[in-house]
Parts: sequence; C-alpha cells; structure tokens
Amino acid sequence: MYTTELDKQQKSAAPIAEDPEKLARFEARVAADDFIEPNDWMPEAYRKTLVRQISQHAHSEIVGMLPEGNWITRAPSLRRKAVLLAKVQDEGGHGLYLYCAAETLGTSREEMIEALHSGRAKYSTIFNYPTLTWADIGAIGWLVDGAAIMNQVPLQRTSYGPYARAMVRICKEESFHQRQGFEIMMVLAKGSAAQKRMAQDALNRWWWPSLMMFGPPDDNSPNSAQSMRWRIKRETNDQIRQRFVDATVPQAEAIGLTVPDPALKWNEERGAYDFGEIDWAEFYAVVKGEGAVAKERVAARVKAWEDGKWVRDAAQAHATKHSMKAAAE
Amino acid sequence: MSKAPNSKEWPLWEVFVRAKNGLSHRHAGSVHAADSKMALEAARDTYTRRMEGVSLWVVPSNAITASDPRDADELFAPAEDKIYRHPSFYVIPEGIKNI
Repeated sequence: MYTTELDKQQKSAAPIAEDPEKLARFEARVAADDFIEPNDWMPEAYRKTLVRQISQHAHSEIVGMLPEGNWITRAPSLRRKAVLLAKVQDEGGHGLYLYCAAETLGTSREEMIEALHSGRAKYSTIFNYPTLTWADIGAIGWLVDGAAIMNQVPLQRTSYGPYARAMVRICKEESFHQRQGFEIMMVLAKGSAAQKRMAQDALNRWWWPSLMMFGPPDDNSPNSAQSMRWRIKRETNDQIRQRFVDATVPQAEAIGLTVPDPALKWNEERGAYDFGEIDWAEFYAVVKGEGAVAKERVAARVKAWEDGKWVRDAAQAHATKHSMKAAAE
Repeated sequence: MSKAPNSKEWPLWEVFVRAKNGLSHRHAGSVHAADSKMALEAARDTYTRRMEGVSLWVVPSNAITASDPRDADELFAPAEDKIYRHPSFYVIPEGIKNI
C-alpha cells in the first residue's frame, strides 16, 4: 500500500552520472541479496526513491490513525475500545519506525513533517475515505491492514537494511490488526439483520479502495522495473493484489458476506480468482487529493501539531534549563 | 544528518533494549527527544509495547563513532585467512573423544 509510487514525476530530472565502477559493485551486492546500510555508497536515484517511498509509508501510518481515531470514543464495548486504542497507538509507532528509517538516508524529520502538512507529500489514498459506521473499523482492520500485510511481508527482504528491519517489526504487529478487524466483521455478520447489513455495507465501500492500495497495474507502473531490480520492491503490484484477492474472498464467504464484484469468479486453470476492472480514474482523483475527506485529514494533522506546540516548547525549555545547570556545576 | 543549522528539531537518540535479563541490550531503533528522560519515555512507548524488554538504554546518536564502510576490507578482511582460529581447522582422528 503505502509503498506504491504515488507522485509520478512529471518530467524526470536529469539523470545523475554515477561512477560506473561503484554502481556495478552496488548492483552486484543488491543482486546477491546483500543489504545496503546507511553509510554504504548508493546511487542517488536509489536514495531518492527510498526517501520518497519510506516517507510516504510513514505518512500513511500517521494519517491512518485518523479514520480509526474517529471511533475510539464510540467503540461499542470497553474491550473494543482498548483494542482500538492499542491499534491506533501501533500505527503511530509504525510511523515513527519508518520516519527513523528515512532519516538514515539524510532527510530530516522536520522536512518530512513539513512536506505532509503543506500537502506536498503523498500518503495512501485509502485514508481519504470516511469511516461512517462501526463496521468500517472492522473492514479497515480486515481489508486495509490485510492488504498492508500482503504488501509488507515481501518488504522484510527489501534491499535497504533499516527499511527491512522496520518492516519486520511492523509485520509482527500488523497481524493483530487484521484479526481484530475480521473479528468485528464476523460478530456483526452473525448479529441482527441490521448489523449484518452494516457489515456488508462496509465491505461494499472498502473492497475496491483496498484493491487500489496495491497501486497501478504493472503495465502502468513506470518505476516498478527499476525498483524491482534494486530490490526495493520484491513483487509487482498485480502479483500482490492477486494474492490478496485469493486470500480474502474465502474469508468473506466464511462469514456470509458478499464481495461486491459481479465479475469475481474462481479460475480453475489459473488456480486464482478472476476479478473485475478497477476504476483507476477514481484512484488518481484520490491521489490528487480529491478523496472525500482529504482536506480534513491534513487539517487534523496540522491542528494536532500546532496544539502540541506548547508541550514541545515546554520540554525544550526544561531540557535547556537543565543542561545549562549541569554545565554550570 | 541534513539538519539545518537553525533547526529546532530535537536530538536523535539510539535505543537499545534488553529483552530479558541474561541477554545484552540490542539496538532497536531511534527516537527524537529533548533530553534523556524524555528519550527513555519515548523509547518505552515506541519499542516496548509488547513486553519486548526489561531494560532500556538511550544514547545520543552523535555520541556514537562508527567505522566507515569503505574501511571494511582493511578492518575485517585480515580475519578471512586466519581459519586456524576456528576449531574446525584441526583434524582430530576418529576415536579421540571429548575434544
């Protein structure tokens, strides 16, 4: 998800001439599945792609707290509330692991935060959809985090060490997110007619945006080939999307919900599900910030940052005072 | 790293977590914090939400001196041809026990 190329460069900047000998050594290391670490030599384009991908991923985790945070005060039981709080806290943690990984490439936290708040930085389109009912919290955990896991598991072997290590931690934690979401859907689907309708409605609204999370189809994903060669990506968008569909459809069937795709059909020959066309016009509109709640999301982040300023200032004043006292002693 | 000179960004701290007594502290990641106390609190929230540790260290990142990857050969390659430092270098006849 989080890791698809969202901002396509309109014009590609002049390619930087790299030292061919260093480049060859770098490519050989990557091809041999060696990890690249922060102080190692790397081509500028590799560094740039990683900074963009990791920071977009981090922003997605941070913005991803908002649609779910919307339901913390209205969770239907204390158990659900404790679980949702823990999940949202995890998303914050994931954002922090990833910001740290991006910082090892020479970008700063404040630059990244500024890019998010000014609207320059992209984040996963999925978070620009609203969470209208409690069932949406179930659908997000099950589908959105489910898609995230599919996407992130291969990234545990991505060629950049700090990113791979962050992904290992994140994948470990993500599995609880998906299960708690599925459990919410399962309980609703077994509940009253109105509850089952609510679960089905959430699946109807989240299914297609979840499939879009894997990014454009392979034949329209210009940066994929380079990223595959450098092992930044390990599998193509369409491969991972297919795996997600194959895993998720039987789960929906098991709890009596219907995937909203009339073209969905098991293909015996391929041993996989065939599924309908994705509305890519909608995807690109949401990438451009035309999602239902895009403006609200960034505004909420900016407000949180500004409202927290006095706390940061106080912590800084405290630290400065104490370091001066220590220096005087 | 690319911190502007007038940056108000808090310093970076490297976080080390001891998973349980008997094991050494291991690098887990980093946090930004105004001072060491705050760094410990942030490290606790960020890296030990699931009983991952019983003890934390936080170290200012700029206090760490790292070896340069370009010196890796000079530093570590000489060990490659000293296989006699490993027990498997020595052939012990069959039948000799407890060695």
